[in-house]
Amino acid sequence: MSIRERLSGNEAVAYAMKQINPDVMGAYPITPSTEIPQYFSSYVDNGEVDTEFIAVESEHSAMSTCIGAEAAGCRAISATSSCGLIYMAEMLYVAASDRLPITLAVCCRALSGPININNDHSDAMSVRDAGWLMLFAETNQEAYDNYLQAMRIGEAVGLPIMICQDGFITSHAIENIELEETDKVRQFVGEYKPKHYLLNKDEPMAVGAFGMPTHYMECKRQQAQAMIDAKDVIKKVADEFAAWTGRQYGLIEKYEMDDAEEAIIIIGSSAGTAREAIKQLRAQGKKVGMIKIRSFRPFPAEEIADALKNVKAFAAMDKDDSFNAHCGPIYAETCAGLYASGIIGPKGISYIYGLGGRDVKVESIQHVFADLEKIAETGDVGETYRYLDVRE
Amino acid sequence: MSYNLKENVMKEDRFTGGHRMCAGCGCPIAVRTVLRALEPEDHAVVCSATCCLEVSTFMYPYTSYKDSFIHNAFENAAATISGVETAYKAMKKRGKLDETWKFIAFGGDGGTYDIGFQSLSGAMERGHDMVYVCYDNEAYMNTGIQRSSSTPHFADTTTTPVGKVVPGKPQQKKNLTKIMVAHGIPYVAQTTFIGNFKDISEKAHKAIYTPGAAFMNVMAPCPRGWRYPSEKMMEITKLAVETCVWPLYEVIEGKYILSYKPKNKLPVEEYLKAQGRFAHMFKPGNEWMIEEVQKEVDKNWEDLLKLCEL
Amino acid sequence: MSHLAKDMTPQVTWKDITPGCNIYEGGTSQVVETGDWRTMKPVLDVDKCKQCLLCAPVCPDMSIPVGKDGKRGDFNYFFCKGCGICANVCPFGAITMVKDEK
Repeated sequence: MSIRERLSGNEAVAYAMKQINPDVMGAYPITPSTEIPQYFSSYVDNGEVDTEFIAVESEHSAMSTCIGAEAAGCRAISATSSCGLIYMAEMLYVAASDRLPITLAVCCRALSGPININNDHSDAMSVRDAGWLMLFAETNQEAYDNYLQAMRIGEAVGLPIMICQDGFITSHAIENIELEETDKVRQFVGEYKPKHYLLNKDEPMAVGAFGMPTHYMECKRQQAQAMIDAKDVIKKVADEFAAWTGRQYGLIEKYEMDDAEEAIIIIGSSAGTAREAIKQLRAQGKKVGMIKIRSFRPFPAEEIADALKNVKAFAAMDKDDSFNAHCGPIYAETCAGLYASGIIGPKGISYIYGLGGRDVKVESIQHVFADLEKIAETGDVGETYRYLDVRE
Repeated sequence: MSYNLKENVMKEDRFTGGHRMCAGCGCPIAVRTVLRALEPEDHAVVCSATCCLEVSTFMYPYTSYKDSFIHNAFENAAATISGVETAYKAMKKRGKLDETWKFIAFGGDGGTYDIGFQSLSGAMERGHDMVYVCYDNEAYMNTGIQRSSSTPHFADTTTTPVGKVVPGKPQQKKNLTKIMVAHGIPYVAQTTFIGNFKDISEKAHKAIYTPGAAFMNVMAPCPRGWRYPSEKMMEITKLAVETCVWPLYEVIEGKYILSYKPKNKLPVEEYLKAQGRFAHMFKPGNEWMIEEVQKEVDKNWEDLLKLCEL
Repeated sequence: MSHLAKDMTPQVTWKDITPGCNIYEGGTSQVVETGDWRTMKPVLDVDKCKQCLLCAPVCPDMSIPVGKDGKRGDFNYFFCKGCGICANVCPFGAITMVKDEK
């Protein structure tokens, strides 16, 4: 039986952590993810979990302790945001390369500068090539549900996983949520039984080799395979989760895409706003839809291309700019996916939006659809690199 | 139990040959000696910062450690081993293991005095049951002899080259051992290779078997960077001690204890002249540099004696 | 699929390489010969050696084996890089560095 509650996204994630009762948490405070280790340390200090909690002196050390603990044979977790995530960046690559399935809760927040504590995806997107699995949540419920599925996925393929939600928008806003029973959670997540680990008295293990050109590339190719294999694992775990909770997830979620002629591709909480915008436009008879990306790593290129194959025009919505004088990362990867699938019909534009907490309104999304309608009608794409809701 | 060289060297080394450290390097001597201080029945996880040691002792697929080993990055050996130690606590608490494990991290002076300083300070402050061993060769040797905050005054390095205007490193060496003492950890030691290795072996054993965080600073000469013939190492370390450039001492629960007091404290020239990195100090007109170093060494030594008398 | 270090040759494929280049054995570097770096080689004069063992701990390459009888044996020339520290600490002149003719 699910339990109905009202929780913020941070509390929901912390609650999931409590239910899982991992071995080690190494964490450092940063807005807006601070609450997660705060909640968790109160569980520790009140004996509600028996996790070893290490309050380290930096995010860099948070990830370093997680790497040490996970390699030692434990489930290790952390939480961070923004500058903290990119301060960890060096260690994120090592965690993935060492094939350590650490779980990291990320409350996405803009990067400095100027310093800004509000939501966008510049932090997560800046570490998108670190080799981590990355799931994004639209709601508190999804943040909770993704967290419950995270370890199953990461441990199956031997890769670390980030569970991303939007800073403040979901991390601090309180929403209705369905929680699962703790014994069922533990049954679903299971015990962590690594094949090889440092603290095995019968088999010494050496981690963190100096890889020469003779071996480095084979190591990376194998790591790439784990990411490829993760697509099926994410779907399988989602199906098992659905059978248990009734809440179904996939790599992407298609909303009103069956007959859509114009579509947006979006990630995170703004999908909720887009859903409302689409409802209103559909009421006006417009054939508009949305592809929400849940799994950004692995990137569901084929699934997105397939979902877009019949649309006339699309906008890839990036809450981040690559500053490449060209487009945001979702646009780049979507176009690469379309091209690889041989789908060249849809016309696409890149929209940079919501940076540093710039409010994303229903009208903002409708403005994007108005652009797309024009492109669909005229076939003229115009400028493909656009900023939304910026004062001219 | 009194120290016995024969018993010590009869113990099986937990560090193996086939590593690629330079001929005559001080670092592997420090590593094998510290690891030999482990009780044979105890398990250990060894950690290394990215440094000469790491790239030479775990070049895939060749590890020189009989024990489990982890390398993570340059600046985080202390944080990494603290994570391993925490995992040990978690697994022990949950009944997943019951044997005894010890946790030892090694880093060079660059990875310890400089870039790894924050990680080290954090791990020491948190009080993990671990030992951090700095093998101090007084510059970034792995990248080719660049100055670190451990490099001594006036030393010629590739980023403090002796020039027409600047005569080597302008600053004095940072006193990391004292900084570690200021962390209030139960055991801190400064040592090097002397005679029958009693000093370093006993300190390593205490560091490993004192509950809580321990720090050892081991002078580990680098023949290439210090520019002396490799066979002279034990003369160099002896001169460092006899001139009081590198005093041997330990700090147990905050109490300073001098390990060795030279009968006749030698002038610093004796130590400096044996090394090419200080050769410019012996050119006519540069006598002031030697005088200055002598003053610095005298002051540090007097300060240390006062601390030991307290 | 082997996970042994000896099979992680420069020919190993991406499917067979150990994940993350991790190794599940200790002391695998013992197959690596470093003796061929040597230009000078230490030679022990057993008659002069008093078995004081001062040479044993100074070796950076674990090349001075000490047996169960508490006596040092001959050099392990497979690892010895010829640094000469041992010859310099010997109080009895029992170790001489000679040109290594290969």
